[in-house]
Parts: sequence; C-alpha cells; structure tokens
Amino acid sequence: MGRYWNESIECMSREEMKKLQDERLVAQVKHVYENVAYYKKLMDEKGVTPDDIKGTEDLHKLPFLTKADLREAYPYGLLAKPLSDCVRIQSTSGTTGKRVVAFYTQHDIDLWEDCCARAIVAAGGTKDDVCQVCYGYGLFTGGPGLNGGSHKVGCLTLPMSSGNTERQIQFMRDLESTILCCTPSYAAYIGETLHEMGYGPDDIKLKAGIFGAEPWTEEMRHEIEKLLGIKAYDIYGLTETSGPGVSFECSEQTGMHINEDHFIAEIIDPDTGEVLPEGSKGELVFTSITKEAFPLLRYRTRDICILSREKCSCGRTLIKMTKPMGRSDDMLIIKGVNVFPSQIESVLLKVSKATPNYQIIVDRVNNADTFEIRVELSEDMFSDTIKSIEDLEKKISEDIHNILGIKAKIRLVEPKSIPRSEGKAVRVIDKRKLV
Amino acid sequence: MTVKQLSVFVENRAGRLSAVTRLLGDNNLSIKAMSIADTKDFGILRLIMNDSEKALDVLKENGCSVTITNVLAIKIQNKPGGLADAMEVLYKGNVSVEYMYAAFIKEDEGTAFLILRVDNNDLAVKTLTENGYSLVGQEELLNI
Repeated sequence: MGRYWNESIECMSREEMKKLQDERLVAQVKHVYENVAYYKKLMDEKGVTPDDIKGTEDLHKLPFLTKADLREAYPYGLLAKPLSDCVRIQSTSGTTGKRVVAFYTQHDIDLWEDCCARAIVAAGGTKDDVCQVCYGYGLFTGGPGLNGGSHKVGCLTLPMSSGNTERQIQFMRDLESTILCCTPSYAAYIGETLHEMGYGPDDIKLKAGIFGAEPWTEEMRHEIEKLLGIKAYDIYGLTETSGPGVSFECSEQTGMHINEDHFIAEIIDPDTGEVLPEGSKGELVFTSITKEAFPLLRYRTRDICILSREKCSCGRTLIKMTKPMGRSDDMLIIKGVNVFPSQIESVLLKVSKATPNYQIIVDRVNNADTFEIRVELSEDMFSDTIKSIEDLEKKISEDIHNILGIKAKIRLVEPKSIPRSEGKAVRVIDKRKLV
Repeated sequence: MTVKQLSVFVENRAGRLSAVTRLLGDNNLSIKAMSIADTKDFGILRLIMNDSEKALDVLKENGCSVTITNVLAIKIQNKPGGLADAMEVLYKGNVSVEYMYAAFIKEDEGTAFLILRVDNNDLAVKTLTENGYSLVGQEELLNI
C-alpha cells in the first residue's frame, strides 16, 4: 500500500478537481432544491434557481445555512432522501434545542469512512497496523468514523471507546497497537498514565496518533509525541458535514488537507458574509457535494481559519486549512463538548427569577480542561441556611451535567463581584492559550 | 415573640468580613450578637442588630445578598447545665434546633442569652414559656 488511500483524487490536478467539483455541485444543488423544501425556500427568497449554478464560481450565489437553520428544521427539515433510504443517524453532544441530528444513507457512510481511511493512510496506516479507537462510540461521530476508516484500510481495529485508561494501556501493550485515535486531551492522559504505570514509549508499539474533536496546540502535540513516542496528526470534521475526516493532516504537519472531492471550502467575512480570497483569515464554510441524505450547502461552521493552496511536500494537491484559530460565535469547546453560554443561562433561569450574573472560566491544567461557573447569588436565590445554598449549588451542577454531559465546578459569589466591562459582564474567561 | 436576624452571604475572600462590619460601623449600627457559618467557598454571617431595618437597607444598598429570619432569643441560667436544661426542654417538646449561638452574658444577673433557629417557632415559644423560660423581644433586645 502506498502513501495515499486514493492517489488519483488526493493528487488530482487543480483543473481536474475543479471540473469534478463543478459537476458534483450542479447535481447536488438540483438534488437539494428538489428534495429539501427548507433550502428551496431560502433559494427562492434569494432569487436563485439551480440553473444559476453552473460551477463552483457560482457558489457565492447560494444562501448560507447556520446552526439556527438546523435547529429550526430539526429533525427532518433538511433531509434530502426518504427515511427508508437512510441507515444511520449521528448527533452532536449538544442539548435540547441545540442538538444536531445528521442522517446517512449507506452511500454517505461509505464516503465518510473513505475520508477517514485517507486520514489513517496519511498518518502511515496500512492493513498491517493495529488501530486502537478510543473516541466515544455511539451518537458521537468520532468512534464510528475512525472505526469505519480503520476497517476500510484493513487495520486490525480495537473499538475501545473512551475511558478505563489502564485497560486501554493493557490492550495497547498486549495487542501491540500501532495507531491511536482519540481526542488530544485523552491521548495526553493515556501518555501520562502510561508513565505513571512505570512504562515509557519503548514499552508500546504505537507509531502514530490521529487526534481531533477539540482544539489543541503545537506544544500539546510535542508533549503527546514525546509521552507516547509517536507522530501526532490532526483531524477535523463536524457532525453537520458527516464527522471526522472532512480534513486531515499529512506528514508535513502544517495544516489539514480538505477532501475537496466531497466538500467545497470557502472562507467568508463572518460579519458581511462576503467570500474572502485565498490566504485570508475568516469563517470556514462547507458545501457537501456528494452527501445524499443530509447535504448541507454553504454551512457556516463558525470556525475561524485560513485556507492555502501552497504546494505540499506530501504530494497531495488538496487544499489545506489551518487548525481553527477561534470561533465567530460564542461557542466554547470544553472537554470536547460544544458549550454555548445560553445553555448555562437556561439552567440558571431555573433557580432564579432573572438570569443572575455569571462567568464561565475555562483553563487547561495538565492537558485537561477545567470548567468553572461563577454565579452571583441574587437575593431570591439566597436563604439563611448552609444546606439550602449547598443544595442550590448541587442543583445547578446537576442541571449543567444533564444538559452538557460534562461537569462544572459551581461557585456562588457575592452580587456585583463579577467584573463588568462597560457595564456588561464578561461572560467567558478562557485561559487556555490554544492558538 | 421573635427577634429579627440578618443573614449576609459572604464569600471566602480576604477582606470581606472587614468590609461588611466596617460598613455597619460607619452607619452607626451596633451588632448585638453574631455568628458565622462557613464552608470551603462561602459563609453566612448572621447578625442581630440594634436596628435591623436600617442595617438591611444599608447592606442591600451596598450590594449584599441579605435575608431576614425570625429567630428566638431566650434567657438561660449562666451556670453548668443551664444550656443542657434548655435543650432538654426543646427536645422533649419535639422542637428541632437548626442552629444556635450565644448572644450575651449578664454576669450580674447570672444569666446568658441564646439565639436559636428552630423548625417551629410557635411550638418552641409555647414549650419554652410553659417551662418557665423567658424570651426576649425586639424592643427588649435593644436595652440589653
């Protein structure tokens, strides 16, 4: 097996790729217009018909889709195939009102797994490898995506899911895993646990790791590489577009190649929606040109990054994106979970008549995210006994856990003790220096 | 026959107690009795003031979370077993004490005062008075 999973695509000339994208885009717009009433309405409102889209140069004429559209159309409003043709759903970790449910036909699953296979091969994977997948399995796309990709490549696949780290290490040693797939923070944790157990990189056979689903830094990459004695590769994706494998890193480790035969990437100005030239920093927008069941056109990811067509030493011609450098909305990614301040507000409204002032403080200690919420104790929340205040803390904590799936430390503070700038409370303090 | 207690939410931060008590002092308010219940992150400062209405206004104006609770102030004998006798009366009367603290001791009279928060004020008042204990009201408190 070579250096590429699909050389003819991954190393295709720009002209050929553009032709392929043009054909697929034209067909996809027609498919969506005819089958998704929600998007047809958006196109009609903008005065665009499928006939106006003759190629990628016309992409900018199409309306955007946002997470708000996904919420409004939940659950079936953006479905482009009959449910009887769908074989799977995946969903974001989000909450009531924010949850995204994506549908897949068997064809969609095949293409998604193919994208993941490209990522595994780019990280040096072959059919002789043992691939340990410790992303969560289930509704989360991480486990199923990499699991499928690993099967395609022909690796011996260990569907471990996350957790039980000592068992992970035991399997890693006993079955001689060579590739590890998980979140970067879990990879660092596995590395630290390995050393705590008295082992080092020489005691395992790992050579590469494919890490994604949360932001991470170059420093973290170096630390994981040192802890586990591997080369660490980044992978990017989102449930809305299929899952991991929308883009992946190659041996050059200078950005992620986007699978352009399936996804057309644009960078826009998040304020005006105007398409920006290559090399500009802006919001990443994806158009799925091959997906059948849940084909989102011009979906605004809210991730801020830069695209580049600079020649890559790996030989791939696929356009590269930088790691996301931030968000154009107020979403935070904490412990791999998408968190919106509005979700915190909805919990606080249940314990107080008016939304109390609060502040989210996120930090990264020993490569793991810490998550604290400070809440100003308003008069109607306060009562004379310690127990009732501790019960309040506990209730907020449990509600946050129920909604987000992760735990936060709740800290009640005195009224007006959270600093305000220009009269407005600073809602989020993110001390993680990720970019 | 109850007295008004102010409860103030105080974070465990340097200078908070100093700030709250100074605020009361600067407004010419006098603390007749007090206690602090504390946890790792916060505490509740409980105060019996000479002027609870004014103290409430002052604290609220300065952004404190304050609440008023009606508690009992009882007079007991300042001698070994004096507190135990009072507790036994409440126990036998099925009154549950949520918290209490000592207020002031009058050496000349050989008496001491206790501030009590119980689960049922009416039942506690009835039980205590039937057993010969005297309770102090808001007016009387000011003269102690």
